[in-house]
Amino acid sequence: MRRVLSPIPIAVILGVAALVGLLAYGLSANEPDRGIEHAIAKGERKRAPALELPRLSGGGRGSLADQRGNVVVLNFWASWCVPCRKESPLLERWHARISRRGGTVLGVDVLDVSSDARRFAREFGLTYPMLRDKDGDTLDAFGVIAYPETFVIDRSGRIAASRRGPVDERFLRRQVAPLLRERS
Amino acid sequence: MTRALLLVVVAVALATAPSALAADCPRTSLGDIEDEVMCPVCGTPLNLAEDAPQAERERAFIQRLIDRCRSKDQIKRALVGQFGEQVLALPGDEGDDSLGDVLVYVVPGVAILLAAVGIALRATRWRRRRREAAPGTAPVASKRLDTDMERYDL
Repeated sequence: MRRVLSPIPIAVILGVAALVGLLAYGLSANEPDRGIEHAIAKGERKRAPALELPRLSGGGRGSLADQRGNVVVLNFWASWCVPCRKESPLLERWHARISRRGGTVLGVDVLDVSSDARRFAREFGLTYPMLRDKDGDTLDAFGVIAYPETFVIDRSGRIAASRRGPVDERFLRRQVAPLLRERS
Repeated sequence: MTRALLLVVVAVALATAPSALAADCPRTSLGDIEDEVMCPVCGTPLNLAEDAPQAERERAFIQRLIDRCRSKDQIKRALVGQFGEQVLALPGDEGDDSLGDVLVYVVPGVAILLAAVGIALRATRWRRRRREAAPGTAPVASKRLDTDMERYDL
């Protein structure tokens, strides 16, 4: 009787199946976490993931928890990111505006050469606190897929709004101003 | 005489020292490093990331270190300091000698070997079958031919 399947076709089929499985795993693993985005779309405020990183200035570490009780405009940026150049002056103006009312901008410089990032901060006169995420470890938790991205976090540490791409005056006015009036 | 000889040796050493240093610098090139490190934002080796702004900054950073006469290893270490170990494109560069780093080199070799053995076995079997099926060696076909010849024999 003729054998239907010899070992070689079986090995080929298994090999192809393994490759397809690996491809599927790779695609699913690269899919960004959209949990925050979905929660915001439903009007929910999800707790912001923990974030603790070295300061860009080099002096110790800073965290999101340090800002508990403040409204935080958490901005992921990099010195090589062209749209970041456009929004940085606006963020600095808003930092000056909200810091008197219990708010702050918190910058996270991602996947960047530290000297380039510090030069960028000097060039735009950025005075708000800056953290440095050299290998992009925090990106997955926040579902960051592009630069810049900004998250508006209320006084209780929950994410109230987010923006992929540069923020503008209108976004900050609509999303940040009402949170400043809230109590924690 | 000995003192004069010593002076000549020292003079020659001093004269050749700067050129020897210059010959040692640069100790590597951008092209030599580019294919061994990643552009972390692009997710590709740096040499494949043509126009990405992050890649251009990374290249500029590498070039600055080359200009300061840093070696390839020193530059790779500096890149790890800036971007973490994910910046290293070659398995095993991290220096932790994990099992994965060994497997990544061994598995393709074993796979190629197994494929070669499989193809060789298949080819041998196919040639044997062809030889068996050749005219004059197949008894059934031969018998049928004899019968047919007898039927038409006038």
